[in-house]
Amino acid sequence: MLTDVFTLPQPDKEKQLRDELNALVSHHRRSCPPYARILEALDLRGEAATVAELPWLPVRLFKTRKLVSVPEDQVIRVLTSSGTTGEVSRIHLDRAAAATQSRMLARTLATVLGPRRLPMLVVEGRGVVGDRRSYSARGAGALGMVNFGRDHHWLLDADDRPDVEALRAFLDRHGRTPFLIFGFTFMVWTYLYEVAREHGLDLSQGILVHSGGWKKLADRAVDNAEFRRRFGVDTGLTRIHNFYGMVEQIGTVFLEGPEGGSLYCPDFADVIIRDPVTWQEAPVGTPGIIEVLSTLPTSYPGQVLLTEDLGVVHGIDDGHWPGKRFGVLGRLPRAEARGCSDTYPGGTP
Amino acid sequence: MELERLRSVFRNSLEIPNEFPVDDLEYRGNAQWDSLAHMSLVAAIEDEFGVMLDTDEVIDLSSFNRAQQILEKHGVVLAI
Repeated sequence: MLTDVFTLPQPDKEKQLRDELNALVSHHRRSCPPYARILEALDLRGEAATVAELPWLPVRLFKTRKLVSVPEDQVIRVLTSSGTTGEVSRIHLDRAAAATQSRMLARTLATVLGPRRLPMLVVEGRGVVGDRRSYSARGAGALGMVNFGRDHHWLLDADDRPDVEALRAFLDRHGRTPFLIFGFTFMVWTYLYEVAREHGLDLSQGILVHSGGWKKLADRAVDNAEFRRRFGVDTGLTRIHNFYGMVEQIGTVFLEGPEGGSLYCPDFADVIIRDPVTWQEAPVGTPGIIEVLSTLPTSYPGQVLLTEDLGVVHGIDDGHWPGKRFGVLGRLPRAEARGCSDTYPGGTP
Repeated sequence: MELERLRSVFRNSLEIPNEFPVDDLEYRGNAQWDSLAHMSLVAAIEDEFGVMLDTDEVIDLSSFNRAQQILEKHGVVLAI
């Protein structure tokens, strides 16, 4: 599999990211006064000697503070994501940051999709992108992916039911050569897997890219391994890539490798799993809170973020691609999430 | 002539009235050219000129001018 963004062994990546992210921290310190005040309050003035020492912000800070490093008139897009409590993150992109994020997302996904746009099956209804004024998180996710496909087919009809005949027609037309399937994990299982199995449809040429987490499938006893196994056995679909990413680091996705089970970090990004008590980096195999690092956020200080997700590093430089490979274990319980941002000095206004 | 074909593809896909100039349009520079419209625009350009754009080109197609350059790379002659 040809790739130009999954190339760096961990020691090389950490050196490169440390230098690039130190430079980004300085840039945002100069350009975003609220960010400079946070660093000052934490008494963080010098450069970090390692990536683990880079100052992080709790991701929820983007819900309570306006953090932007470019003049107002340079902002061409404001991305929002609603949290479970209805609080909304606001992420400001200028033209350069918007262009870079789409390009790097494309390069990341090209690793598994190739450079050509494939016929694309979207496990959503067209209505999810119907109202241009306000897309849901699902709508925004689907729209972010449509550039990677052509001849888009939306699986659900106007009543949000899978249209089996239309799916059959799509497969008759495109099912004998590689095609792209995109959807949220829960939707893909509920609407595509169930329907394909029931009607004996052949998805063996599909390449599935999906995201969104396993929580809604837990009561059906479907985890990643079971998801992959049953898709393979019942529909022939084996090229399956889960990914992890968030609007606060738009354009950066951590992508499941072809062997399945682990997420990999592209060269311009990394994760650090932290012990929630000591904040030290947790050893391989020990779960902790996921910190995400990326060089893409240039118009807002989102380069190093402490998420509210639990994860675990599976291994370093020992997988299909170099670098860390890891898994996401789920959301922090609500109380703990509040606790952790409260104990972080920069986290509360 | 050919350039007028491209202008008309832009006008139809982005729902821009005839009297409005399109040569200076940029992606997200106006309310019409958003990511959903971009999908229709790319499909319309491909249909009109019989080309198939790669992912990189779809992402790179960020202005009317870029669209011209990309089409020229595909061997479409757009000179008036």
